[in-house]
Amino acid sequence: MDKKEFIARRVAKELKDGDVVNLGIGLPTMVANHVPEGINVYFQSENGFIGLGPAPEEGQEDPYIVNAGAQCVTILPGGVFFDSATSFGIIRGGHVDITVLGALQVDEKGNLANWMIPGKMVPGMGGAMDLVTGAKKVIVAMEHTVKGNHKILKECNLPLTAAGEVNLIITEMGVIEVTDKGLVLKEINPEYTVEEVQAATEAELIIDENLKHMEV
Amino acid sequence: MNKVVSIEEAISHIKDGMTIMIGGFLGCGSPHKIIDALVEKGVKDLTLICNDTGFPDIGAGKLVVNRQIKKLIASHIGTNRETGNQMNAGELDVTLVPQGTLAEQVRAGGAGLGGFLTPVGVGTVVEEGKQKIELDGKTYLLELPLRADVALIAGHTVDKFGNIVYYGATRNFNHLMATAADIVIVEADNIVEVGDIDPNHVVTPGIFVDYIVGGGK
Repeated sequence: MDKKEFIARRVAKELKDGDVVNLGIGLPTMVANHVPEGINVYFQSENGFIGLGPAPEEGQEDPYIVNAGAQCVTILPGGVFFDSATSFGIIRGGHVDITVLGALQVDEKGNLANWMIPGKMVPGMGGAMDLVTGAKKVIVAMEHTVKGNHKILKECNLPLTAAGEVNLIITEMGVIEVTDKGLVLKEINPEYTVEEVQAATEAELIIDENLKHMEV
Repeated sequence: MNKVVSIEEAISHIKDGMTIMIGGFLGCGSPHKIIDALVEKGVKDLTLICNDTGFPDIGAGKLVVNRQIKKLIASHIGTNRETGNQMNAGELDVTLVPQGTLAEQVRAGGAGLGGFLTPVGVGTVVEEGKQKIELDGKTYLLELPLRADVALIAGHTVDKFGNIVYYGATRNFNHLMATAADIVIVEADNIVEVGDIDPNHVVTPGIFVDYIVGGGK
């Protein structure tokens, strides 16, 4: 299975019935394809609606119904449109249960950097700072390393998106929880050893007593 | 009072050096015809407040590409390479703002508020130069309101008094910006008679709107 799909499938298992969920652009968007059977969640799109549905069939696209990445989507029965102040009131006010985002860097204090590389790439934070600060649970979904370089660090050195807000990191290697004591490896992909996961992680991992195999 | 005017008459109110707001999210819900007319007219040295600079050929970003913007306040510029190029070359002054903060700044500007406290941006570069306030053990940033000389927005169905109904995800910043500028110009997909819209469905009251331009979409 493709790494990204593997990660998206594992993230989807975190969803609970009735959750309001915001998915970032890219890998996080794939989570919507793997919502477990019997679970109903409400996808929020920060450009102004709840009830985000799948991509429309070809020829059925409506240019006025797009997600926050400007891709045509659909709205499900019961869905609702609203303005940006309401949208971010929902986000900042703690009414989003789970937000799933990618990261450039994340560290052992739960700090997240995902919006700029000074001098190189400055796309802007968009809604990421509000989402990470306001959502009840913040899940970082990403490949464990980039071109062999660490992304899970002792301390982020890129400008932060938010300080101390990340709760869970899910990669192709494992599931890591951010705790007061540091990063706890809760699940491991059986294709890797604990040593391999640690080697791919700059921050020191605390290995959970009940370390489980990652299942998707 | 006749608010329905030609595009030329509507944009005659926009002068060099003004601060303008433009509604839309990556071009969805932007007043495209008005933007094109502004590009053609060539007004310059504008301060632009908008969610994003769209794409080089879609949305408010066309004004950046045409070098009509001196200062930009937005949450996202990543989809329009030209914005980043001008920023890196020191030709465009860009202030990046978290999207929820930007929306609330516009709302505050239209609602007569002196500012608001938000936890978003604490511990990041966004807090630089801002007053921090502690309340009940939580740290907040004091964010100030935003207003403009002119707001350019888009509506789906607009009656001749300016009451606006939106469609789909186009509402985004349009409704907020309608409240926060001295002159508000709406580009309507459909213009209808006063009384044709059920008052229960109106999102933006017509009292906010000064001019209506037809031919949207």
